[in-house]
Amino acid sequence: MGLESLLKGDGFITTTVDAIAAWARKSSVWPMPMGISCCAIEMMASGDPKYDIARFGSEVMRFTPRQCDLMIVAGTVTYKMAPVVRKIYDQMPDPKWVIAMGACTATGGIYRTYSVVQGIDQFLPVDLYVAGCPPRPENLLNALIQIQDKIGRTKVSDFKNSILPDLNVIQNN
Amino acid sequence: MDIRELVPKKLKKQFNEIDFEVSEYLDELTIKLPKEHIVKVCEFLKKDSDLEFLLCQDLTAIDWAKRKNRFTVVYHIYSFKNNFRLRLKADVDESDPAADKADCSIDSVTSVWKGANWQERETYDMYGIKFNNHPDLRRMYMPEDFEYYPLRKDFPLMGIPGSIPLPKK
Repeated sequence: MGLESLLKGDGFITTTVDAIAAWARKSSVWPMPMGISCCAIEMMASGDPKYDIARFGSEVMRFTPRQCDLMIVAGTVTYKMAPVVRKIYDQMPDPKWVIAMGACTATGGIYRTYSVVQGIDQFLPVDLYVAGCPPRPENLLNALIQIQDKIGRTKVSDFKNSILPDLNVIQNN
Repeated sequence: MDIRELVPKKLKKQFNEIDFEVSEYLDELTIKLPKEHIVKVCEFLKKDSDLEFLLCQDLTAIDWAKRKNRFTVVYHIYSFKNNFRLRLKADVDESDPAADKADCSIDSVTSVWKGANWQERETYDMYGIKFNNHPDLRRMYMPEDFEYYPLRKDFPLMGIPGSIPLPKK
């Protein structure tokens, strides 16, 4: 049937922790859909049956950052929205990756003005930029494949010294 | 009588001490008046049984940059009864404490149209024109501690660097 039919004898395989961990991570990337303007429509389209992001193991769009490892920032980020995006990114558990989808997130796009952040890399570590205004779903799927390649190259030791972010804990009193 | 003639006529009859400037362009009637009288004129336009301008459709301002009266506040009001739009204009000067000039303010028309509340807040946010007697004059779009008024002509397009803090990377 599947992989197990290739196993001979007692059914053992030998591999490295790095390889198996990277394979596990890259094969089911759970995206955090940070859809804040029109790019989000294309991001939703990439989840529909025609484009079907499930073919690449990323159909589980979680609307809580606690369960995600990939943030797709899809849309114009204003200065007022930037702290919110950053806070949600900080709430995602390590290791995590960021796709800047569309011209607005990468450079501010057509909004060359005082209210729009001219590129989210001013306050977020971006792994991949997707060109387009908005990018087509194929383009986003291509970005997903490339980010899977990037995740596949990581080692366990890459994340050993990850710094815990300073979170503003909201006190209920 | 045509509504275009009726509005100026009624206004002049009711307030003969006020100096109205009436003009018409592309079938649109514009009436300019001194800013001190804006509330009572608006109230009359709304309450008068022949006019009934019940809706304040839009309220904004113009920055003329170097003109003597720097700003003009513009009101677009609508009468369902007559299916007619009227534009009101009132000049507001920039505040200049050094030259002892009057402050940059105009009376709020929220007492006449409640819908003017957020429109006046937006105008305050973008131009810095204060609306006296406004119930809640906070900024509309920009952060509350922002110190500038973005739609003024002397505000740079790309903003003031560092005026809105970004989160640390």
